[in-house]
Amino acid sequence: MIVTCPFCGDRPSEEFGVLGDAAPVRPADPAGDPEAWYDYVYLRANPRGAHREYWHHVGGCRQWLVVTRDTTTHDIAAVEPARLAKQTAPEKGEP
Amino acid sequence: MSGYRLDGGGRIDRSRRLAFRFDGETYGGHPGDTLASALTANGVRLLGRSFKYHRPRGLLTDGPAEPNALVELRGGARREPNTRATTVELYEGLEARSQNAWPSRGFDIGAVNGLLSPLLPAGFYYKTFMWPAAFWERVYEPLIRRAAGLGRATHAADPDTYEKGTLHCDLLVVGAGPAGLIAALAAVRAGLRVILADDQPEAGGRLLARRAPLDEDEPLIWRDKVLAELRSAPNVRVMPRTTVFGWYDGNLFGALERVADHLLAPPTHLPRLIYWRIHARRALLCAGAEERPLVFGGNDRPGVMLASAGQSLALRYGVAPGRRVAVFATADSGYQVARDLQAAGVRLAAVIDPRRDGEAPAGIEAPVYRHTVVTSTRGGRGLAGAQLLDKAHGRSIALDCDALLMAGGWNPTVHLTCHRGTKPVWRDDLAAFVPGETGDAFRVAGAAAGHLSTPACFASALEAVAAIGTELGKPVPQVTAPACPEEASEVTPLWWIKESKGKAFVDFQNDVTVTDIPLAAAEGYRSVEMMKRYTTLGMATDQGKTSGVNGLAILAEVTGRPIPEVGTTTYRPGYVPVALGALAGPHVGPEFRPVRRSPLHRWMLRQGAAMIEAGAWMRPSHYARGEEDWFAAMCREVKTVRGRVGICDVSTLGKIDVQGPDAAEFLNRVYCNGWKTLPVGKARYGLMLREDGFVYDDGTTSRLGERHYLMTTTTANAAGVMAHLEFCLQALWPELDVQVASVTDQWGQIALAGPQARAVLAKLVDGLDVSNAAFPFLAAAETTVLGGIPARVFRISFSGELAYEIAVPADYSEELAEGLMRCGAAFGIAPYGGEALSTMRIEKGHPAGAELDGRTTAQDLGLGKLLSSKKDYIGRAMCRREAFEDPERPVLVGLKPVAGGKLRAGAHLLTAGDTPSVEADQGWIASSCYSPTLESYLALAFLKRGRARIGEELVVYDPLREGLYTGLVCDPVFVDPEHERLHA
Amino acid sequence: MRYGWHSVLKQAFEGLAAVAPAWRTPEPKPVYDVVIVGGGAHGLATAYYLAKEHGIANVAVLEKGYLGSGNVGRNTTIVRSNYLLDGNVQFYEKSMQLWEGLEQDLNFNAMVSQRGVLNLYHSDAQRDAFARRGTAMRLHGIDAELLDRDQVRALVPFLDFDNARFPIQGGLLQRRGGTVRHDAVAWGYARGADRRGVDILQHCEVTGISVENGRVTGVETTRGRIACRKLALATAGNSSRTAAMAGLKLPIESHVLQAFVSEAIKPYIDQVVTYGAGHFYVSQSDKGGLVFGGDIDGYNSYAQRGNLPTVEHVVEAGVAMIPGLSRLRLLRSWGGVMDMSMDGSPIIDTTPVEGLYLNCGWCYGGFKATPASGWCFAHTIARDEPHALNAKFRLDRFRSGRVIDEKGGGARPNVH
Repeated sequence: MIVTCPFCGDRPSEEFGVLGDAAPVRPADPAGDPEAWYDYVYLRANPRGAHREYWHHVGGCRQWLVVTRDTTTHDIAAVEPARLAKQTAPEKGEP
Repeated sequence: MSGYRLDGGGRIDRSRRLAFRFDGETYGGHPGDTLASALTANGVRLLGRSFKYHRPRGLLTDGPAEPNALVELRGGARREPNTRATTVELYEGLEARSQNAWPSRGFDIGAVNGLLSPLLPAGFYYKTFMWPAAFWERVYEPLIRRAAGLGRATHAADPDTYEKGTLHCDLLVVGAGPAGLIAALAAVRAGLRVILADDQPEAGGRLLARRAPLDEDEPLIWRDKVLAELRSAPNVRVMPRTTVFGWYDGNLFGALERVADHLLAPPTHLPRLIYWRIHARRALLCAGAEERPLVFGGNDRPGVMLASAGQSLALRYGVAPGRRVAVFATADSGYQVARDLQAAGVRLAAVIDPRRDGEAPAGIEAPVYRHTVVTSTRGGRGLAGAQLLDKAHGRSIALDCDALLMAGGWNPTVHLTCHRGTKPVWRDDLAAFVPGETGDAFRVAGAAAGHLSTPACFASALEAVAAIGTELGKPVPQVTAPACPEEASEVTPLWWIKESKGKAFVDFQNDVTVTDIPLAAAEGYRSVEMMKRYTTLGMATDQGKTSGVNGLAILAEVTGRPIPEVGTTTYRPGYVPVALGALAGPHVGPEFRPVRRSPLHRWMLRQGAAMIEAGAWMRPSHYARGEEDWFAAMCREVKTVRGRVGICDVSTLGKIDVQGPDAAEFLNRVYCNGWKTLPVGKARYGLMLREDGFVYDDGTTSRLGERHYLMTTTTANAAGVMAHLEFCLQALWPELDVQVASVTDQWGQIALAGPQARAVLAKLVDGLDVSNAAFPFLAAAETTVLGGIPARVFRISFSGELAYEIAVPADYSEELAEGLMRCGAAFGIAPYGGEALSTMRIEKGHPAGAELDGRTTAQDLGLGKLLSSKKDYIGRAMCRREAFEDPERPVLVGLKPVAGGKLRAGAHLLTAGDTPSVEADQGWIASSCYSPTLESYLALAFLKRGRARIGEELVVYDPLREGLYTGLVCDPVFVDPEHERLHA
Repeated sequence: MRYGWHSVLKQAFEGLAAVAPAWRTPEPKPVYDVVIVGGGAHGLATAYYLAKEHGIANVAVLEKGYLGSGNVGRNTTIVRSNYLLDGNVQFYEKSMQLWEGLEQDLNFNAMVSQRGVLNLYHSDAQRDAFARRGTAMRLHGIDAELLDRDQVRALVPFLDFDNARFPIQGGLLQRRGGTVRHDAVAWGYARGADRRGVDILQHCEVTGISVENGRVTGVETTRGRIACRKLALATAGNSSRTAAMAGLKLPIESHVLQAFVSEAIKPYIDQVVTYGAGHFYVSQSDKGGLVFGGDIDGYNSYAQRGNLPTVEHVVEAGVAMIPGLSRLRLLRSWGGVMDMSMDGSPIIDTTPVEGLYLNCGWCYGGFKATPASGWCFAHTIARDEPHALNAKFRLDRFRSGRVIDEKGGGARPNVH
């Protein structure tokens, strides 16, 4: 796979680390609803198709990116810096 | 004798003779030969034995699809089993042996399997060999395994070297036949950066073995003109002997360049193979088509081969495939082969064509039998004749021939297009699968796209390149294809000859016959994938290249389904088998993974350090003096530190610089304990959890300035913690104004520990007041040492002694070490290694790797009091869940042997008096050591309800090392439990 | 027809007429007691044990493709019970014991070959971790031996002992571990289930699950609606999708794991050997190919194929472990879609939806688990509660924190 890093350009996937699903949002309240935390830490929509996920340009600029990638074709549709993506996260995908 | 060298023709250099050996016999050939062509020229037809029935086998193809002519090439540590004789370029001194035959390929005991074949139908082993149960591993399986397999592989290390490389291009053209050549030419003229990869030693593809003219001249004259223009162009890389074996995501192609396989051994400066990753903006597959065999009785007898193979032998290699050559054709291409052979001086015996309609083409100087099939062949270890059935007249004809060429139609080489999941599409007019939709990035042209005539190949290639040029903004100029005559290319498929007598093979290598397919279907294995797996059709080293389409077409017929409904099995990488050495490249042996070395590495070696692998790092285990073994050295080093003073390299610990106005808030969120109150000039122990509440990492972090902290991590987690901090800052809390940077490699760091540490440090520093009052436990300072070397001094201790860690810019590390040795000489200072360090941390009850195994909690480690409830931090919401507060959880305790005994990590703790059982299992030893300080083995263990069981005696159960002792549960801090030394 | 030399002989004399199909190809009935979604090994084994152990034979197994088209035909065929943690150890040992009697039970030779599984260690820390694991195994009555370097060398002399980046120090050996012919497991269970009356419906894809008043009533399929009293999902690789049809969200991600086979060669390596300094495990099939694998590619995927970085990673480790592999050729590589759970361990459980049962989250361990998975799942379905052997594999462990995390990687599917 080729990831187009917004900072470094087209780079091979082996320069990156993959954390996983970028959809779950960390609850604001540490003492809040345990179900919300359970959902955040453990549950995953695991969609077939478009998947927003965290990739880390470990062997490059060390920026965390949100990569939108199709889990059936592995085609990458979009890459954006994670620090900007927090505000623009869409609704969670369905499997 | 059958095949022989023709008097002229071919692409071989008749002026030079190469000697080679096959099964111990010496033969001669010429440069330009393959092993297969040279053997045929010498009249050798029997090349090996088949997998299951050990049938005599000869050449079938002229290329990588070869299922039969597999040999063990070279010898010793270079032995390569299953090497296709059709792809081995002949070289002086070549050595090859036949496979799967004992005692010899001429007389093979295994051939008895052929007589037993009624008892060995597809899948028979799933129904048999079940009684008695224990006999499978001991009796049946070893016999089956010895009989199976093909060649013998070597266990020796490979003397050759391999390389990996990466290439980028606008257009990768796969295959340098007519379509590939004209595509590359057009693309180069358009200014695209082009790679032209071809698996043969010379470009041309089927032009190398045909007579039809191009531009009314020899076809290779046109080829040479194209190659000359490509050679003079700066924007093309022509890669002969390079097989593109796989298509991957991002339009990445894997390719294998055979740099030295055509030589006896690689020259010292060259690798044997190079594995290329080719990143192509666009790719064009021009890999041609592979001919199909026909399925009739005795179609596997040496001398029966594909028509294209016979054509190659005669026209490319100047070898007659036999003295009386018959052609059995259901495709028009067979007649072209007959004419080409005839023109090359080969004697034709007959052309046999099952087709009823139409006229036999003119110009064949041999009988042409229409509406006739071959039903069987005769001969011993080579073809002597064929039995024909004239279906029009119902008569049988005995034909004398020693070679029988099969022209069963063509399978476009679709394999690469399927590697990313695209399914090929059936075309009735071609009686073949063509590539499915692969998108703009990977197109197909020429015969690979189903264009079986040369003019159509040229046209499709030019059309594809024109589209690619437009997409990439490089318009392709007009390129005129060479003039060439239209060719008849009709195929009337006849999937198997139903009147066959004797075994008719579909998969030659795996000995799958035409009767195995209806059998599999009748047993319920009706899906093409199940049929493949049950019969093993298509699972041999050729991956079904010659057998797949015939097999599924027969399955379609016997199950009454159309071929597209049956579909194909999945083509997977690689298109051809790829040497593992190439994929590993240079990353083997000591170069398997990079080595990280401390800036003190050489200094430590000079001190006599025994270095051992610790993850990526090399770290000193101990410094032996004289005859000391590791144990004696460790004991001495511990005593030195506990009694006087020692130094230890701690440069490998992760060091992360944390700066910014929100740095304290950030630390507060990543550590479970509080950081808001840490003053400048102080260090604090920090415990980091994962979001699921389990312990992740620990270390000390020091506040060097108002907005400046230095975090340390464990060596093992240094990279992971760094990535985690970056994630937190960028993805979770981008609003925090903090920067982090790994400075592990920028600083060399040494621990100075022991009662005399302060005295040594006082001599080292340039005026820093290191008195206990001015620089107490957990103090941290930026200062200079040894007359101006910038340094950071931390009063922290892993050993439990009065101790400091001194960090200097990495390039000053040796000066620091030497300075410490000098300053400490009067106190008997000595370096200590990892064994001593580990012993002392166990004596002190400090958790390390074995206790921080990703499954333990802060509570387990006795660190529950660190879990703040006043703030949010990673792991807070999860670290108080039911399981975390379970009183039954094993928690950290100390353990001492009651009456001697070697406590070892990994042993389990059982309640005393019980027989060893799961129910008696109470915990395990995580770390252990021999303590020279206490003259006893000690251990850190996890024990259910451990803190309530101090003083209890337990069984230490270590059956794998025959250990069975009694242990006493105690506090995990064995030495200096009041921590007086730390504060001294 | 019972299998044996007699049936082969009969076939030799009587030809195709003597051939009986291994299973029927029935039409779906309108209603079943139990519908199992997924005609892979786990689903088929579940059906077999439901019929055999619990007398529930009015069962259908629905398979969207052909029998065994999922991971049972894509794995590296290793079976073992060398686990560390409570829950896993006893479960995988149950599986091992069922493997040991499988062929006689099924009257189908799945070529269970107990040639030994050897895990190499390269450091004191790895040795200690293996000692802890081996001792846990021994406490469960499972065979385990800790070998030193010389003992490993005597067993597998052609490993790289003398020129390695990470020298081999020894290994943990389970002699009862080994390999099984993977496709044959699916076929054997299918035939066994069919003979006990189970309907195996191939090319029957579930498109919807009907839930009324919190209770499962049936499924919509490409072959029409099928009603059932109980619905069991055994769709590893696609568990999130099938569970979502019933409104459940799972602690699972789908990831691709590649596997590899070399050209067939004469007997080369007897045991299953795993590398301790990289991701690599290898054994030799009866046909002669070396079958090997490594780590998952690391990104979510429903595509049954992987990429070159992982191929290189695996092969580097392989040649580093056995230098002689260098001149062998990789014949074929492929991918399977793994249910990677959040702690690396499986889930066999009832669900909040009445009549719906879940079997998923197998990570890498699905093949070796097949018999015990089917056995325990059948029990769970029949009795509406887990057996003691799968009581620790419940879904609520992620809420309570009683996770079973063999690798200690935490709630990140791609590190297990």
